Amino acid sequence: MRESLTHIFVDAFLINNFVLCVFLGMCSFLGLSAKFSTAWRMGVSVMFVIIVSAVLSWETNVLLVRFHAEYLRIIVYIVIIAATVQLTEMFIRKKSPALFRELGVYLPLITTNCAVLAVPLFQTSRNYDLLQSTVFAIAASGGYCAALILLSLVRERTDLGDIPRLAKGTALTLVLASILSLAFMGFAGMGNGG
Amino acid sequence: MSEALSCHPSESKSEVMDNPFVNGLWKQNPVFVQVLGMCPTLAITNSVRNAFAMGLATTFVLFCSNGMISAIRKLVPKQVRIATYIAVIATSVTVVDYLVKAISIDVYKALGAYIPLIVANCIILERAEAFAGKKPVIPSMLDGLGMGLGFAFALTCLGTIREVLGAGTFLGFPLFGKNFEPWVLFLLPPGGFISLAIWLLTFTLWRERKAKRAAAVQPAKSLPAMEVAS
Repeated sequence: MRESLTHIFVDAFLINNFVLCVFLGMCSFLGLSAKFSTAWRMGVSVMFVIIVSAVLSWETNVLLVRFHAEYLRIIVYIVIIAATVQLTEMFIRKKSPALFRELGVYLPLITTNCAVLAVPLFQTSRNYDLLQSTVFAIAASGGYCAALILLSLVRERTDLGDIPRLAKGTALTLVLASILSLAFMGFAGMGNGG
Repeated sequence: MSEALSCHPSESKSEVMDNPFVNGLWKQNPVFVQVLGMCPTLAITNSVRNAFAMGLATTFVLFCSNGMISAIRKLVPKQVRIATYIAVIATSVTVVDYLVKAISIDVYKALGAYIPLIVANCIILERAEAFAGKKPVIPSMLDGLGMGLGFAFALTCLGTIREVLGAGTFLGFPLFGKNFEPWVLFLLPPGGFISLAIWLLTFTLWRERKAKRAAAVQPAKSLPAMEVAS
Protein backbone atom coordinates (compact mmCIF):
# COMPACT_ATOMS: atom_id res chain seq x y z
CA MET A 1 0.00 0.00 0.00
CA ARG A 2 2.93 2.30 0.73
CA GLU A 3 3.64 4.64 -2.18
CA SER A 4 7.27 4.96 -3.17
CA LEU A 5 8.91 8.31 -2.51
CA THR A 6 9.87 8.77 -6.16
CA HIS A 7 6.30 8.20 -7.19
CA ILE A 8 5.03 10.77 -4.69
CA PHE A 9 7.61 13.25 -5.88
CA VAL A 10 6.94 12.89 -9.61
CA ASP A 11 3.21 12.81 -9.03
CA ALA A 12 3.07 16.03 -7.02
CA PHE A 13 5.71 17.87 -9.03
CA LEU A 14 4.68 17.08 -12.60
CA ILE A 15 1.65 14.83 -13.07
CA ASN A 16 -0.62 16.58 -10.60
CA ASN A 17 1.14 19.91 -10.55
CA PHE A 18 -0.52 21.94 -7.84
CA VAL A 19 -1.11 25.01 -9.93
CA LEU A 20 -1.62 23.79 -13.46
CA CYS A 21 -3.49 20.55 -12.87
CA VAL A 22 -5.16 20.80 -9.46
CA PHE A 23 -5.82 24.57 -9.49
CA LEU A 24 -4.39 25.47 -6.12
CA GLY A 25 -2.81 28.80 -5.28
CA MET A 26 -4.42 30.50 -8.25
CA CYS A 27 -4.65 33.97 -6.72
CA SER A 28 -0.93 34.41 -6.24
CA PHE A 29 -0.27 32.54 -9.49
CA LEU A 30 -2.25 35.12 -11.47
CA GLY A 31 -1.39 38.10 -9.28
CA LEU A 32 2.35 37.71 -8.78
CA SER A 33 3.56 36.27 -12.05
CA ALA A 34 4.02 39.58 -13.87
CA LYS A 35 7.74 39.80 -13.13
CA PHE A 36 10.33 37.07 -12.85
CA SER A 37 12.12 38.72 -9.92
CA THR A 38 8.99 38.79 -7.75
CA ALA A 39 7.80 35.40 -8.97
CA TRP A 40 10.80 33.37 -7.89
CA ARG A 41 11.08 35.12 -4.54
CA MET A 42 7.42 34.49 -3.84
CA GLY A 43 7.87 30.89 -5.00
CA VAL A 44 10.72 30.29 -2.59
CA SER A 45 8.90 31.91 0.35
CA VAL A 46 5.84 29.77 -0.31
CA MET A 47 8.04 26.67 -0.58
CA PHE A 48 9.50 27.42 2.83
CA VAL A 49 6.10 27.98 4.39
CA ILE A 50 4.63 24.83 2.83
CA ILE A 51 7.46 22.56 3.95
CA VAL A 52 7.59 23.86 7.53
CA SER A 53 3.81 23.89 7.98
CA ALA A 54 3.42 20.43 6.41
CA VAL A 55 5.87 18.88 8.85
CA LEU A 56 4.30 20.67 11.82
CA SER A 57 0.78 19.70 10.75
CA TRP A 58 1.78 16.06 10.44
CA GLU A 59 2.91 16.02 14.05
CA THR A 60 -0.18 17.89 15.16
CA ASN A 61 -2.48 15.53 13.33
CA VAL A 62 -1.03 12.61 15.29
CA LEU A 63 -1.96 14.48 18.47
CA LEU A 64 -5.45 15.30 17.18
CA VAL A 65 -6.13 11.67 16.31
CA ARG A 66 -4.77 10.59 19.69
CA PHE A 67 -7.28 12.83 21.49
CA HIS A 68 -10.17 12.19 19.05
CA ALA A 69 -10.40 15.85 18.07
CA GLU A 70 -10.38 15.51 14.27
CA TYR A 71 -13.12 18.09 13.91
CA LEU A 72 -10.58 20.73 14.95
CA ARG A 73 -8.32 19.86 12.02
CA ILE A 74 -9.13 22.77 9.69
CA ILE A 75 -8.80 25.36 12.45
CA VAL A 76 -5.56 23.90 13.79
CA TYR A 77 -3.98 23.68 10.34
CA ILE A 78 -4.79 27.27 9.52
CA VAL A 79 -3.34 28.42 12.84
CA ILE A 80 -0.12 26.51 12.13
CA ILE A 81 0.10 28.10 8.70
CA ALA A 82 -0.53 31.58 10.04
CA ALA A 83 2.21 31.06 12.63
CA THR A 84 4.67 29.80 10.00
CA VAL A 85 3.93 32.78 7.79
CA GLN A 86 4.56 35.08 10.73
CA LEU A 87 7.87 33.30 11.33
CA THR A 88 8.90 33.62 7.69
CA GLU A 89 7.98 37.27 7.74
CA MET A 90 10.19 37.94 10.78
CA PHE A 91 13.01 35.91 9.29
CA ILE A 92 12.95 37.77 5.96
CA ARG A 93 12.66 41.15 7.66
CA LYS A 94 15.76 40.35 9.72
CA LYS A 95 17.80 38.79 6.92
CA SER A 96 16.89 40.93 3.94
CA PRO A 97 14.92 44.14 4.48
CA ALA A 98 15.03 44.85 0.73
CA LEU A 99 13.27 41.61 -0.14
CA PHE A 100 10.82 42.27 2.67
CA ARG A 101 9.81 45.59 1.12
CA GLU A 102 9.53 44.05 -2.32
CA LEU A 103 7.17 41.25 -1.29
CA GLY A 104 5.19 43.71 0.80
CA VAL A 105 1.56 42.80 1.35
CA TYR A 106 1.88 39.45 -0.40
CA LEU A 107 3.89 37.98 2.43
CA PRO A 108 1.09 37.89 5.03
CA LEU A 109 -1.28 36.83 2.26
CA ILE A 110 0.53 33.49 1.96
CA THR A 111 -1.81 32.47 4.80
CA THR A 112 -4.78 32.50 2.44
CA ASN A 113 -2.94 30.70 -0.33
CA CYS A 114 -4.87 27.50 -0.79
CA ALA A 115 -1.80 25.57 -1.95
CA VAL A 116 -0.39 25.96 1.56
CA LEU A 117 -3.51 24.61 3.26
CA ALA A 118 -3.95 21.84 0.70
CA VAL A 119 -0.66 20.08 1.49
CA PRO A 120 -1.59 19.16 5.10
CA LEU A 121 -5.13 18.25 4.03
CA PHE A 122 -3.95 15.95 1.24
CA GLN A 123 -1.29 14.27 3.32
CA THR A 124 -3.88 13.58 6.02
CA SER A 125 -6.43 12.14 3.62
CA ARG A 126 -3.79 9.97 1.92
CA ASN A 127 -2.36 8.71 5.24
CA TYR A 128 1.23 9.60 4.43
CA ASP A 129 3.90 8.98 7.06
CA LEU A 130 6.32 11.71 8.08
CA LEU A 131 8.92 11.02 5.38
CA GLN A 132 6.27 10.74 2.65
CA SER A 133 4.68 13.96 3.84
CA THR A 134 7.98 15.80 3.69
CA VAL A 135 8.70 14.57 0.18
CA PHE A 136 5.15 15.44 -0.85
CA ALA A 137 5.49 18.95 0.57
CA ILE A 138 8.82 19.52 -1.19
CA ALA A 139 7.48 18.26 -4.51
CA ALA A 140 4.17 20.12 -4.34
CA SER A 141 5.76 23.41 -3.36
CA GLY A 142 8.52 22.90 -5.95
CA GLY A 143 5.83 22.40 -8.57
CA TYR A 144 4.12 25.59 -7.46
CA CYS A 145 7.40 27.49 -7.63
CA ALA A 146 8.21 26.07 -11.08
CA ALA A 147 4.79 26.96 -12.49
CA LEU A 148 5.03 30.50 -11.12
CA ILE A 149 8.48 31.00 -12.64
CA LEU A 150 7.43 29.54 -16.01
CA LEU A 151 4.39 31.78 -16.26
CA SER A 152 6.35 34.85 -15.22
CA LEU A 153 8.91 34.21 -17.96
CA VAL A 154 6.18 33.87 -20.58
CA ARG A 155 4.42 36.99 -19.31
CA GLU A 156 7.58 39.05 -19.48
CA ARG A 157 7.78 38.16 -23.17
CA THR A 158 4.13 38.87 -23.95
CA ASP A 159 4.51 42.32 -22.38
CA LEU A 160 6.57 43.24 -25.42
CA GLY A 161 4.01 41.91 -27.89
CA ASP A 162 1.17 43.77 -29.52
CA ILE A 163 -1.88 42.47 -27.70
CA PRO A 164 -5.49 43.56 -28.26
CA ARG A 165 -6.35 46.08 -25.56
CA LEU A 166 -9.32 44.12 -24.27
CA ALA A 167 -7.38 40.93 -23.74
CA LYS A 168 -4.71 42.56 -21.61
CA GLY A 169 -4.59 41.63 -17.94
CA THR A 170 -6.22 38.59 -16.40
CA ALA A 171 -7.75 37.18 -19.59
CA LEU A 172 -4.40 36.97 -21.35
CA THR A 173 -2.78 35.43 -18.27
CA LEU A 174 -5.49 32.79 -18.18
CA VAL A 175 -4.95 31.93 -21.84
CA LEU A 176 -1.21 31.58 -21.21
CA ALA A 177 -1.89 29.45 -18.14
CA SER A 178 -4.16 27.29 -20.24
CA ILE A 179 -1.40 26.64 -22.76
CA LEU A 180 1.07 25.83 -19.97
CA SER A 181 -1.45 23.49 -18.42
CA LEU A 182 -1.92 21.80 -21.79
CA ALA A 183 1.82 21.19 -21.88
CA PHE A 184 1.75 19.72 -18.37
CA MET A 185 -0.99 17.31 -19.43
CA GLY A 186 1.70 15.55 -21.41
CA PHE A 187 3.16 14.32 -18.13
CA ALA A 188 -0.04 12.47 -17.28
CA GLY A 189 1.21 9.29 -18.91
CA MET A 190 4.12 9.06 -16.50
CA GLY A 191 1.79 8.09 -13.66
CA ASN A 192 1.08 4.59 -14.94
CA GLY A 193 4.66 3.36 -14.86
CA GLY A 194 5.35 4.39 -11.24
CA MET B 1 -5.54 41.33 -2.63
CA SER B 2 -8.36 42.69 -4.72
CA GLU B 3 -6.38 45.76 -5.68
CA ALA B 4 -3.51 43.71 -6.97
CA LEU B 5 -5.70 41.39 -8.98
CA SER B 6 -8.62 43.44 -10.15
CA CYS B 7 -8.36 44.67 -13.68
CA HIS B 8 -11.01 47.33 -13.05
CA PRO B 9 -9.95 49.27 -9.99
CA SER B 10 -12.29 52.12 -10.82
CA GLU B 11 -15.32 49.93 -10.14
CA SER B 12 -14.68 49.67 -6.42
CA LYS B 13 -15.55 53.31 -5.84
CA SER B 14 -19.26 52.79 -6.35
CA GLU B 15 -19.32 50.12 -3.67
CA VAL B 16 -20.42 52.31 -0.79
CA MET B 17 -23.64 53.72 -2.20
CA ASP B 18 -25.21 50.59 -3.64
CA ASN B 19 -27.44 48.00 -2.10
CA PRO B 20 -24.97 45.41 -0.75
CA PHE B 21 -26.97 42.47 -2.06
CA VAL B 22 -27.16 43.58 -5.70
CA ASN B 23 -23.62 44.88 -5.49
CA GLY B 24 -22.18 41.43 -4.79
CA LEU B 25 -24.46 39.65 -7.18
CA TRP B 26 -23.61 41.72 -10.21
CA LYS B 27 -21.64 44.96 -10.03
CA GLN B 28 -18.83 43.61 -7.89
CA ASN B 29 -19.20 39.99 -8.93
CA PRO B 30 -16.37 38.21 -7.11
CA VAL B 31 -15.31 36.14 -10.11
CA PHE B 32 -16.03 38.21 -13.20
CA VAL B 33 -15.20 41.65 -11.82
CA GLN B 34 -12.89 41.20 -8.85
CA VAL B 35 -11.21 38.00 -10.10
CA LEU B 36 -11.03 36.49 -6.62
CA GLY B 37 -11.43 32.94 -5.40
CA MET B 38 -9.96 31.39 -8.49
CA CYS B 39 -9.10 27.96 -7.09
CA PRO B 40 -12.63 26.58 -6.66
CA THR B 41 -13.77 28.56 -9.69
CA LEU B 42 -11.45 26.59 -11.91
CA ALA B 43 -11.27 23.29 -10.09
CA ILE B 44 -14.89 22.48 -9.29
CA THR B 45 -16.63 23.71 -12.44
CA ASN B 46 -16.36 20.56 -14.55
CA SER B 47 -20.05 19.87 -14.01
CA VAL B 48 -23.01 22.13 -13.33
CA ARG B 49 -24.09 20.23 -10.24
CA ASN B 50 -20.71 20.41 -8.53
CA ALA B 51 -20.28 24.06 -9.46
CA PHE B 52 -23.64 24.97 -7.99
CA ALA B 53 -23.04 22.95 -4.81
CA MET B 54 -19.68 24.63 -4.33
CA GLY B 55 -21.29 28.03 -4.88
CA LEU B 56 -23.94 27.31 -2.24
CA ALA B 57 -21.36 26.05 0.27
CA THR B 58 -19.32 29.23 -0.21
CA THR B 59 -22.46 31.35 0.10
CA PHE B 60 -23.27 29.71 3.42
CA VAL B 61 -19.75 30.34 4.75
CA LEU B 62 -19.80 33.96 3.57
CA PHE B 63 -23.22 34.55 5.11
CA CYS B 64 -22.22 33.09 8.50
CA SER B 65 -18.74 34.55 8.68
CA ASN B 66 -19.86 38.02 7.57
CA GLY B 67 -22.64 38.00 10.14
CA MET B 68 -20.44 36.81 13.01
CA ILE B 69 -17.53 39.08 12.17
CA SER B 70 -19.81 42.06 11.95
CA ALA B 71 -21.35 41.17 15.31
CA ILE B 72 -18.00 41.01 17.08
CA ARG B 73 -16.33 43.85 15.16
CA LYS B 74 -16.27 46.25 18.13
CA LEU B 75 -14.80 43.69 20.52
CA VAL B 76 -11.83 42.68 18.37
CA PRO B 77 -8.62 44.70 18.72
CA LYS B 78 -7.25 45.92 15.41
CA GLN B 79 -3.95 44.07 15.68
CA VAL B 80 -5.42 40.57 15.93
CA ARG B 81 -8.38 41.06 13.62
CA ILE B 82 -7.06 38.93 10.74
CA ALA B 83 -6.37 35.99 13.04
CA THR B 84 -9.83 36.36 14.55
CA TYR B 85 -11.47 36.50 11.13
CA ILE B 86 -9.66 33.36 10.05
CA ALA B 87 -10.74 31.53 13.19
CA VAL B 88 -14.38 32.54 12.57
CA ILE B 89 -14.16 31.51 8.92
CA ALA B 90 -12.54 28.18 9.77
CA THR B 91 -15.37 27.48 12.20
CA SER B 92 -18.03 28.18 9.56
CA VAL B 93 -16.16 25.99 7.10
CA THR B 94 -16.01 23.11 9.56
CA VAL B 95 -19.79 23.38 9.93
CA VAL B 96 -20.24 23.31 6.14
CA ASP B 97 -17.87 20.37 5.83
CA TYR B 98 -20.04 18.25 8.13
CA LEU B 99 -23.26 19.67 6.65
CA VAL B 100 -22.37 18.64 3.09
CA LYS B 101 -21.28 15.23 4.31
CA ALA B 102 -24.69 14.81 5.98
CA ILE B 103 -26.73 16.05 3.01
CA SER B 104 -25.13 14.21 0.12
CA ILE B 105 -22.14 11.93 0.28
CA ASP B 106 -21.86 11.99 -3.55
CA VAL B 107 -21.42 15.73 -3.65
CA TYR B 108 -19.01 15.50 -0.71
CA LYS B 109 -16.82 13.05 -2.60
CA ALA B 110 -16.93 15.14 -5.78
CA LEU B 111 -15.92 18.35 -3.99
CA GLY B 112 -13.27 16.53 -1.98
CA ALA B 113 -10.58 18.70 -0.44
CA TYR B 114 -12.10 21.85 -1.86
CA ILE B 115 -14.61 22.19 0.97
CA PRO B 116 -11.98 22.62 3.71
CA LEU B 117 -10.13 24.84 1.25
CA ILE B 118 -12.98 27.39 1.39
CA VAL B 119 -11.04 28.73 4.40
CA ALA B 120 -8.33 29.88 2.02
CA ASN B 121 -10.76 31.41 -0.45
CA CYS B 122 -9.71 35.04 -0.73
CA ILE B 123 -13.26 36.32 -1.31
CA ILE B 124 -14.26 35.48 2.24
CA LEU B 125 -11.36 37.20 3.96
CA GLU B 126 -11.64 40.10 1.55
CA ARG B 127 -15.32 40.63 2.40
CA ALA B 128 -14.57 40.33 6.11
CA GLU B 129 -11.87 42.97 5.85
CA ALA B 130 -13.60 45.28 3.38
CA PHE B 131 -17.18 45.08 4.54
CA ALA B 132 -18.13 43.04 7.60
CA GLY B 133 -15.41 44.50 9.82
CA LYS B 134 -16.87 47.99 9.37
CA LYS B 135 -20.62 47.66 8.83
CA PRO B 136 -23.62 46.59 10.97
CA VAL B 137 -24.86 43.01 11.04
CA ILE B 138 -27.81 43.12 8.61
CA PRO B 139 -26.02 44.79 5.68
CA SER B 140 -23.03 42.49 6.25
CA MET B 141 -25.22 39.41 6.03
CA LEU B 142 -26.86 40.78 2.88
CA ASP B 143 -23.43 41.48 1.45
CA GLY B 144 -22.34 37.92 2.24
CA LEU B 145 -25.47 36.54 0.63
CA GLY B 146 -25.06 38.71 -2.48
CA MET B 147 -21.39 37.96 -2.90
CA GLY B 148 -21.96 34.28 -2.32
CA LEU B 149 -24.80 34.05 -4.83
CA GLY B 150 -22.75 36.07 -7.31
CA PHE B 151 -19.99 33.53 -6.84
CA ALA B 152 -22.45 30.66 -7.29
CA PHE B 153 -23.79 32.32 -10.45
CA ALA B 154 -20.30 32.68 -11.91
CA LEU B 155 -19.44 29.09 -11.07
CA THR B 156 -22.65 27.86 -12.68
CA CYS B 157 -21.87 29.88 -15.84
CA LEU B 158 -18.46 28.25 -16.07
CA GLY B 159 -19.82 24.84 -15.18
CA THR B 160 -22.42 25.11 -17.95
CA ILE B 161 -19.88 25.92 -20.64
CA ARG B 162 -17.57 23.14 -19.52
CA GLU B 163 -20.20 20.45 -19.07
CA VAL B 164 -22.04 21.21 -22.31
CA LEU B 165 -18.89 21.28 -24.42
CA GLY B 166 -16.88 18.70 -22.50
CA ALA B 167 -19.47 16.02 -21.91
CA GLY B 168 -22.42 17.07 -24.09
CA THR B 169 -24.75 17.05 -21.09
CA PHE B 170 -26.47 19.54 -18.81
CA LEU B 171 -27.01 18.43 -15.20
CA GLY B 172 -26.41 14.92 -16.46
CA PHE B 173 -29.02 14.97 -19.26
CA PRO B 174 -27.60 14.43 -22.75
CA LEU B 175 -28.22 17.45 -24.97
CA PHE B 176 -27.00 16.31 -28.34
CA GLY B 177 -27.55 13.19 -30.41
CA LYS B 178 -25.38 10.09 -30.38
CA ASN B 179 -23.06 11.50 -33.00
CA PHE B 180 -21.77 14.19 -30.65
CA GLU B 181 -18.11 13.66 -29.89
CA PRO B 182 -17.45 15.18 -26.43
CA TRP B 183 -14.76 17.82 -26.36
CA VAL B 184 -13.06 16.25 -23.35
CA LEU B 185 -10.43 18.97 -23.15
CA PHE B 186 -13.01 21.24 -21.56
CA LEU B 187 -13.36 18.92 -18.58
CA LEU B 188 -9.58 18.88 -18.11
CA PRO B 189 -7.55 21.68 -16.47
CA PRO B 190 -6.70 23.64 -19.67
CA GLY B 191 -10.42 23.87 -20.46
CA GLY B 192 -11.00 25.51 -17.10
CA PHE B 193 -8.47 28.22 -17.78
CA ILE B 194 -9.69 28.86 -21.31
CA SER B 195 -13.41 28.97 -20.43
CA LEU B 196 -12.76 31.47 -17.65
CA ALA B 197 -10.71 33.54 -20.08
CA ILE B 198 -13.60 33.49 -22.56
CA TRP B 199 -16.11 34.57 -19.90
CA LEU B 200 -13.85 37.37 -18.71
CA LEU B 201 -13.37 38.61 -22.27
CA THR B 202 -17.11 38.45 -22.93
CA PHE B 203 -17.85 40.47 -19.82
CA THR B 204 -15.16 43.03 -20.56
CA LEU B 205 -16.46 43.38 -24.10
CA TRP B 206 -20.04 43.75 -22.87
CA ARG B 207 -19.13 46.38 -20.29
CA GLU B 208 -17.05 48.25 -22.78
CA ARG B 209 -19.86 48.33 -25.32
CA LYS B 210 -22.29 49.52 -22.70
CA ALA B 211 -19.96 52.34 -21.75
CA LYS B 212 -19.36 53.32 -25.31
CA ARG B 213 -22.88 53.03 -26.62
CA ALA B 214 -23.49 56.72 -26.17
CA ALA B 215 -20.24 57.65 -27.84
CA ALA B 216 -21.03 55.21 -30.69
CA VAL B 217 -17.46 54.09 -31.21
CA GLN B 218 -17.19 51.07 -33.48
CA PRO B 219 -16.72 47.91 -31.36
CA ALA B 220 -14.96 46.08 -34.21
CA LYS B 221 -11.68 46.99 -32.57
CA SER B 222 -12.25 44.45 -29.85
CA LEU B 223 -12.91 41.45 -32.07
CA PRO B 224 -9.33 40.19 -32.34
CA ALA B 225 -9.41 39.59 -28.58
CA MET B 226 -12.03 36.89 -28.97
CA GLU B 227 -10.05 35.20 -31.70
CA VAL B 228 -7.04 34.90 -29.45
CA ALA B 229 -9.13 33.29 -26.75
CA SER B 230 -10.85 30.76 -28.94
